[in-house]
Formats: sequence, structure tokens, C-alpha cells
Amino acid sequence: MTNSAGIVIGIDVGGTFTDIVKVDEATSEVQIAKVPSTRGDEASGFLRGITTVVDDVSSVSAIVHGTTVGTNAILERKGAVTGIITTAGFRDVLEMRRRDRPSTWGLWGQFVPIIDRDRRFEVPERTGADGSIVEAVDLSAVRQRAAELLDAGATACCVSFINAHANADNERAAVAAVRTMWPNAHVTSAVELLSEIREFERTSTAALNAYLQPVIGDYLEHLELSLGEHGFNGSFLIVQSNGGVMTSTAARALPVRTALSGPAAGVIAAAHLAGAAGHHNVITCDMGGTSFDVAVIANGATVTSAQTSVDFGLVVRTPMIEISTIGAGGGSIASVDEGGILRIGPESAGSVPGPACYGRGNDRPTVTDAHLVLGRLNGDVPIGGLECLDQDAAVDAIDRYVGHPLDLDTDEAAAAVLRVATSRMAGAIRLVSVQRGHDPSEFIAMPFGGAGALHVCGLLADIGLSAALIPKYPGVISAFGATIADTRHDLVQTVGQTVAALSGDDLAAKLAAAEEELRAFVSDADLVFDGIAVRHELDMSYVGQTHTVVVPLDDVDQIDSTSVLHAFDTAYRATYGRTLDSIAARVMSARSIIVGRRPKLQLNSSARETHSGTRSAAVRREVYFDGAWTSTPVLQRLDLPTGWTAEGPVILEQSDATIAIEPGFRAAIDDHGNVMVTTT
Amino acid sequence: MTLDPVTLAVLQGRLEQIVDEMDATLFRSAFNPIIAEAHDASHGIYDATTGATVAQGSAGLPVFVGSMAGAVALTIDAANASGGPSEGDIWIFNDPYRGGTHLNDMKLVQPFFVDGDLFCWLASVGHYTDVGGSVPGNYNPAAVESAQEGVLIPPMKLRDRGVLRDDVVNLIRSISRVPVNAYGDLQGQLNSLHLGTARFTTLVDDFGATTVAEGFSELTARAAELMRSRIAGLPDGTYSLDDHLDNDGNTDELIQVALDLTIDGDEMVLDFSRTSTAVAGPVNISRSTAIAACYVALKHIFLDVPANAGCLEPIDIRIPDGSLLDATWPRPVAGYTETILRVMDVMFGTLAEADPAISNGSSYGTINALSIAGAADPDNRWVMFTFYGGGLGGSPVSDGLNHGNAPLSTATIPPVEVLEASYPVRYTRWSLRPDSGGHGEHRGGLGAEYEIELLDEAADVFVFGDRARVGPPGVVGGGAAATNDIRFIVDGKEIVPDLGSKAIGVVLQRGDRIVMSTPGGGGYGNRADRTDSDIERDLRLGYVTKTEQ
Repeated sequence: MTNSAGIVIGIDVGGTFTDIVKVDEATSEVQIAKVPSTRGDEASGFLRGITTVVDDVSSVSAIVHGTTVGTNAILERKGAVTGIITTAGFRDVLEMRRRDRPSTWGLWGQFVPIIDRDRRFEVPERTGADGSIVEAVDLSAVRQRAAELLDAGATACCVSFINAHANADNERAAVAAVRTMWPNAHVTSAVELLSEIREFERTSTAALNAYLQPVIGDYLEHLELSLGEHGFNGSFLIVQSNGGVMTSTAARALPVRTALSGPAAGVIAAAHLAGAAGHHNVITCDMGGTSFDVAVIANGATVTSAQTSVDFGLVVRTPMIEISTIGAGGGSIASVDEGGILRIGPESAGSVPGPACYGRGNDRPTVTDAHLVLGRLNGDVPIGGLECLDQDAAVDAIDRYVGHPLDLDTDEAAAAVLRVATSRMAGAIRLVSVQRGHDPSEFIAMPFGGAGALHVCGLLADIGLSAALIPKYPGVISAFGATIADTRHDLVQTVGQTVAALSGDDLAAKLAAAEEELRAFVSDADLVFDGIAVRHELDMSYVGQTHTVVVPLDDVDQIDSTSVLHAFDTAYRATYGRTLDSIAARVMSARSIIVGRRPKLQLNSSARETHSGTRSAAVRREVYFDGAWTSTPVLQRLDLPTGWTAEGPVILEQSDATIAIEPGFRAAIDDHGNVMVTTT
Repeated sequence: MTLDPVTLAVLQGRLEQIVDEMDATLFRSAFNPIIAEAHDASHGIYDATTGATVAQGSAGLPVFVGSMAGAVALTIDAANASGGPSEGDIWIFNDPYRGGTHLNDMKLVQPFFVDGDLFCWLASVGHYTDVGGSVPGNYNPAAVESAQEGVLIPPMKLRDRGVLRDDVVNLIRSISRVPVNAYGDLQGQLNSLHLGTARFTTLVDDFGATTVAEGFSELTARAAELMRSRIAGLPDGTYSLDDHLDNDGNTDELIQVALDLTIDGDEMVLDFSRTSTAVAGPVNISRSTAIAACYVALKHIFLDVPANAGCLEPIDIRIPDGSLLDATWPRPVAGYTETILRVMDVMFGTLAEADPAISNGSSYGTINALSIAGAADPDNRWVMFTFYGGGLGGSPVSDGLNHGNAPLSTATIPPVEVLEASYPVRYTRWSLRPDSGGHGEHRGGLGAEYEIELLDEAADVFVFGDRARVGPPGVVGGGAAATNDIRFIVDGKEIVPDLGSKAIGVVLQRGDRIVMSTPGGGGYGNRADRTDSDIERDLRLGYVTKTEQ
């Protein structure tokens, strides 16, 4: 990418659809497309998507990709045959986890580690918790184990030693020995990837990285080759779980950082779009086929979490945008239990076979079926390549599984499904905001995904949010986010000292070393930036607490116990409203973050691209609101000019989403092409 | 029915939401890791006159779901004895006999009023690090009376008509070896009740008190109906099982835990009459704890049963007075976890006899509470307190989980590196224990092997475990898992505790070790039905080392 105007393409390969957003920086023209994903051969869907929006791939200056290839490989256990070499006595760390179980209630189920026990090898070595070398690593044993792994067919290898975060000498020596004899680049050192205390989390992250290296490597290489054959010679960038982008070269070495790539890009896009429209406290609500994902943007900043589980026991510890998920999507199945209570989910029809109205073999009612039955969805113009939706199948499903058991007619039953589904989503939003200490009434909602905007009014009413802002292209928001994301890398180091025991010089040296490493990483990336900024944060708590607060460090040249304590007091007071002065504070870890700001698109330009003043001919259809069928205007959303406003009921349609404005709500198109929804 | 089904479903979601938010608030602001990390806490909403559970948080410790009803009932009696509750009151206590569980669990109970009338109760419970007594952390396997376990606080007003009582706050601090934690956790619980009150007020404003009250009774009735339909699906008959605790920590005699479970139409009788009478040592549990144990087992089997009192309506739980499961003051109860687990084991076993498709083998059945107390320097004492894991039982769908947590809990284990960085110990082994799962068509999950070396000059060790005498049984023909095996290597010599896996004050010197091999889970189904590929895989991966164990 360069500072000169060019064509930037954001592309998000999801489970069902591949979304494409093309931005022409010279003309400010935005074009979107959706093509079916090609599971198992994602590259062909990817290329079809690119060629849908450009004739000449060589005219594209950057392609930015959000991908779930890594996540899918993990979930389906389709990564590489991987081995691990670890400290004597600890081969089972990966399988023992943190002694948890899959769910609070119910004791069934198993855990299948990504590395089988017969490819988990121990070698003599030990480092103490204080960093002392208790036993030097036996390198001949390391070499022998590596040879055995190769004989066993391993194509990737992970090395993870106990207490390597305190002293990496043993592990570095072992990794060097393995790398000299390993036939490819797929060797992951846990401490290189993550120099943080907690052996399970570090080993799990590193093992997943090794497991994905060949998969992501092959995938990206295939894409690059194909793009090259089509004449592409711009930058090829990958979105990371932290919302930043990295080069495809970096992604091949650090594939585990792409684990939540697509959803992260969506939150980035939401933060930018809301910020451009003047809103800095936002709760994003991404409703797809199987899940409802919620993220918080407070004061314009996304919330980062330290780790996530891709599946039970598969922990990835790398900074990522915090996204909470509940199983309430368009495909969530409605049922009535033996006690006569209506439930939505957790079972889902997903996208295959999908809702009953898809006519692909599921006869149980879903949230999408309820929308169709009540006229909120247009059955003749569905998204996603289906011919049309089967209204009768939806009615039958609702009647049979909800209406009859509850003695409700079809309309009442479908409305009940929507009300309960909306209530579940509202609960997820409330819980997320409370966990972060926020009052939901100070936030606006930004619904996106194919189905989010159908529930917007119900959510506003249920939670008491001040308003909702629906972006111009709610169905391709992750791809849009990819076009505007910055480059970002995080580096975390364990500190583990009380403030009183802290040496300012040592900490400053640690941070300086981190900064140097990060700057080298970004300068290797061969990109042009508007600016590069490094910042440092400490994770701190009072001695005895286990949850930490993030303490930004303003001036790293002048660090001492006093300045760190002052910064902690400020941060703690901001979070909890008070400090506990009689209790010692401590620094758990230090995080250094580099952000390379990519040239920003003119976001509001996408609003100018609309046809102004022309309003499409009034189409009306009967839609069920508040217990009655109402003749409701149906408008083409992208035809509406800036400043357009209307009171519900009204339905706004566009190719990638449908917006339902219910009676009692007002919709308006703002200067940026967003639809703003408020109560009247 | 007066309430429409949609309002009812929404109301149920809102109630669950309120208690979940209360859980989240305490976890976030608690000071001690047993609450903040292991989530040994719970919140709920309870009936105004009976104290019966209306809704309880989903993230809290499973065993509190049920036992808190007893705590609220105790508060109701205490309030009525002093002229009834007033708006702004909060009671605090840790009485384990009517309040349930053990002394570490501090209960805060608050009345909720609508227009001057008592409407319901909100409550918060959390495990405090220390409440006095003769052993730090209160896990004393040799205790024979309550006073040795800690300080018992009867219901007292912590807040009186809105005014927080500093004298009571000071009392809570002063009984603890770590007053800072006690103070911080107390503030966290007050935060939760504050938030719960605000959210419940909004709920009543939104729906009206009448509708919410109707919802309470309707939800309870629905839960009972759901439970009845689940029971009706089981074949009529009586299913009996005996299991045992190793001993009471004082005398090495097996203690019988026996259940006769009868299904009769849509009703169930859980008859514990053949269970031992109360014992001298701390493995007694109170009646409310025993009921909670039954409830938790049922909820593990019937996943869709909601967390409210209605579920127990079709169930008759028979516990004779003076039973092991009816502890009264001053019987010691600190080891309540082991007895709860045994009650759950006989529940799983009898339910598997009733219907093999719904139940599973026993889990490892002990929490192995290990406390290592640095003894070298009286001015620099340290205590490492940890629970260890084991295997879960085989199930109709698969082998049991390796190295899981106990069914009464959702607590995780700290990482080795955090333990080693915090205490002068080194783990020389942290691995699965081969051959520890009970055999079966679906094998029990594996237990673990932990070896801990002392790096300090000297330390005293306390351990509270069970299942050293009788391994966790399988179901439907599945085999029992390996027994619990705890040894101390002192000056090169191996010491096995006289009481199996319970020991107090074992003295270690630098370089001495503790070796714990924990039980796996019981098997499910006949081993003859195990597939060849599963047998081959077990041998290849070393989960099983003997072809016919």
C-alpha cells in the first residue's frame, strides 16, 4: 500500500459467504459483493470474489483479508500432524488443561488435544521459577526426539519448556537444534511467541500456532500465487484477532494470531463508522446464522482481551478484540419444553440445512422463519443465492412446534419467537456491558450482520440504549473493516513484582527492548504508514486480587516506583471509583503495542455516492407489528438521500440486509449514509 | 394460567439475567482468588415467605444452587424473631447447619420491598479465604467440633435500615487470618446486592409487581411440571446402591452412603435411611447441603431443568434425623465436599440403573485439598492451598474426560508456573495417570500424577482427600477407577498416611516430596463391548498400559 490513491479490496471469507468491499480511493467509490464461500477450497471463492469487483487485478494496490480458515482448521481438527518437545514430567500439559470441563452442567464429553499423546515427547531439562537453570537441556535428546517426530510423520513442531518465560536459554537452545534439522519453517517456540507465565496457555497457543503453520502457509501461498498469476503486485495483508493487519509473511509465521480475524475486522469497522458519525460509546451486535456476537467500544476504543478459547480446551493467548458470543442467530431453533416454556436455541439449523424456509431439510422453526412469517423479510429477494424462501414451510414449522404447544395462532407464535430471541440478545448486551463496568444507557447499538438490523427496535426498547446506528453496508462489515484496519502488534512480558520492589531502570530496559523488536517487525513489513506509534501498558492489581487493571505509561523514560504507583492509582480510581491505599500494588505484566496507522479512507465519501433526492416508488407490504398486520412502506435503503427521515412502521431493504423500523421508532439517514434509529 | 407464555419466557430470561449480572459483579471485584478465579460464589432470588429458590445465577458454584434456600429460610426466621425485615436491612452469617455448606461460605441476605411490602429476597454467598479456627483455610481433617473449624456467625444485621454497621464489618475482618481479603470480598458482595436491587426494581417497574409475582409461581409450577415429565420417562421401580467414604479423618472405618431411589409414576423418592449416622470427624453435611447435592446431580443429568425450587417439588428426599446427612451443631462439616460427591455418586449410579441412557460413571470423587505451610521461619510463614483434579466417568456417548474438575464445582487449577513463582516448591511431575480410568465400553477418564518437591527448609503438610479405600465405581457394567494414592517421600523413605488420603502435620524438609496419584472416573458399559480401535488407541497413546487391566 502507498499513500497515493489506489484500489483497496477488503475480503472476508466466512463459513457461508465471501464478502468483498472495493474502495477506489481516487473516486471514493465503494462497491460491495457477496459470493458463496467454497469450503475446503477457499482460494477459488476468494478469487471469484476479487474478479467480481475488478476486471484488472493488477490495478489493485492492496488486498486485506479477514479469514476463518485457521479457526475452521482448529474446530474440525484439520491442522498439520504436529509434535511437541517439552520438559520431563510435563508431556500432558496440553491435555490436562486447567482442570476444567466443557460445561457447568452435564459431565459428558471428551477433549481431543490437537497433538496426540504419542507425539508429545519429554527431554531432560529444567528451569526454576526464578530463572535459574536447574538442569541444562540435553540437546542430543532434543535431536533424537525431533528425529522421532519426523519419522512419525510430523510436519510441524512445537517446543515449550516450563518457566521459559523466566529464562529462555534452555528453550532457545532446543529450538535452534530442532530448526537446524527440521525440513521446513514450521517450528514454533512457545516463549518466542509468548513470553508470559502460565505453561498451559503458552503451550496451547504455541501448539495451535505450529498446528496451523502448514495450513495457513499453504493457503496464503496458494492465494499469493493465484493473485500473482492475475497480475496482482500490491500489498497482501491479513487481519489479526487484535483488529490490526499484518503482512501475509508475518501471518505464515504467526497464524494463531488470525484466529478471530473476521469478527475483529467487523468491530474495527464499527468503531470507525460510529466515530466518524460522532458516536464513541458503541455496542456492536453482529447477528449471523448461528450466533450473536457482542463487542464494546468505549470512548472510541475497542476492548482487548488477553485470550480466548476457540473450542473447549483450545486456548489462544494473544491480545484480541473482546467479542462475546451467544447462540442466538437467524438459524437458532425455537421450541417449547415439557414445562411449556418457549426457548430459542441453543440448537441451530445454521446455514446448512438452514431455516425451515430454506427448504433444505430442516422442518423446525428458526428466528429467520419468524421474520418471514411476519412479513419483515422479503421472501422473494433473499440473500445468499437462494431462489426464494418457502413461506409455507415457515408457517408449518411455527405452527407445529410453537403455535400448537402454546395454543397461539401463527402470527402470535412467530411474534413470540422474535420477542424471546430479542430478549436473549438484550441479555447478552447487558451482561457484556456490566462485566466491563459500563451502563448500557450511555451506549448506542450498532447492529450488523445479515439479521442484526431486523431486531434493532426490540433491542432499543428492551435495553434502554439511547439509539442505534446501522451502517450503510451492514452485511459486509467485516470486509469493510479490513479496508481500514491499522497495522498492530502486541508484545507481552511477565513482570510479577510489587511496586515497592520494582526497578525503574530494569522495567525501562525491558520496554525499550520490546519497542526495538516491534519497530523491526513493522519496518520489515514493507508498508507505508501515515505514522507509527508505540505505547506501553502495565497490568496491575492490589496484592491479593487476581483481576488486573490496565495502566497506561505516558513517559517510559522516567519510570520509577512513584510514577508507576501514581499511574496505577489513576487507572484504579477511574475503574472502581476509589483506591485502597493500605494495600500494596503490584505489576503483573508489561505490554508494548505498536500501531502503524494506515492511510484512512474518506469514510463519508461513501455516503456521497448515493443517488440524492430520488425516492423509489412506494412499495408496500403487510407486516405484523405490535399484534396487528399493518400496511407498511418498503423502501430501497440505498436509494434514500441524506437527511431522509421517517417514522415506523417502515421496512428498509438492501441487498445484504433488511432493517425493520417498528411503530414508535424513527429512522433517519445521516451525513455518512448510516441509518440512525431512535424512539419517537 | 393467567400469564401469557411470551411474557413468562421473557420474565424468566430477565430473572436469570439479574442473577448472572450479580455473579459477574462479585467475580470482578472480589479480593480472594477462590471467588474471583474459581467462582466459588453464587447469587439468587428467593420467595418472600418460604425462601424457596426462584432464580439462581448460572456462573456460580453449582452446589449453592439449592443450598441457599436453607440460608434464606434461616434469615426469614431470624428476621421474624426480631419484628420482621425492614427496607434496607441485610443479614450476614456463615452458619453451615441451616445455611448450608461450610463456615467459609459467607451469606448476605437482603429483603426486597415493593410499596412497603416484602416481595422477595436477594442473596449472595461467597467462599472466604479464612474464618479463624485451628487450620489456615479451615480444612482440618481431624476436627471433631465446629469451633475447631472456624468462627460460626449466626444471622446478624450487617445493614440496618440502610445503615451499614461498622461493628459487624469489623467482626468479619477480625475473625480472618487475612482481614484484607475478608473486607474486599464483603464489599464485593455488597456491590452485587446493590446491583441486584437496582435491576430488580427496574424489572418490577417494567412488568408490574403483580405480573412478576405471578411469574414466580408460574415458573415454579413449570419447573415442577418439567421435572415430573422427566421422572415419568423413567421406569417405575426401586434402585439401590451403597458407596463409602474412606473414614472420618479420626477413625479408619468405612462410612456408608446408601441410596434407595424409587420411581413411581411422575414422582421420585430419594431415601437415604441406610446411610451412616453422623460421625465424629468433619465429613458430616447439613440437610440443606444434602438436598443441594441431590439437586446438583439431577441437574447434571436433566440439563434443561431450570434452577428453581419447583424441580424438587415431585421429589421426596428422606434423611433420618441424626444422619451423616443431617449434621447439627457442633458436628464438624469442613470436609463437606467429599460427602456431597459421594451423594452424587450414588445418584448417578441409581439413575443409571433406572435408565442407562441418561447417566454416567462416578467422577474421581475427592477434591484432595492440599495445604503446605512453611514452618522454617515463624516471621515469614506461607501457605500453599490447592485442590487437585481427576477423571470423570464414562458416559453413554464417550470415554470420560481426563483431568476434569469435581461435579460440585467449576473451579480450575492454577498453573504450575504460578504456584512455583508464588511458593518455594517445584513440581517434578504433572501428568496423566495411566490405567486409572475404570474399564468399560466407554472407559472412565484418567486421573493425574503430581509430584511436588519442597525447596524451603521445612514445611507442615495437611491433606484432605478420599477414595483411597474404594475406587470410583462404574455403571452399567463398567469397572471402578483406580483409588486415590498419596505418599510422602521424607528423607528418602516413603510414608503412606494411616487414614488413606487424609493427613495432618506431616513434616517435610528441603528436598522431600509429595506424590499424589488421583483417581480416574468409573467406566460405562461392559468392557467386552469396547471397540478394537478404542483398545488399540488406548495402548498406542499410553492411556492404558496393560491389555487386560
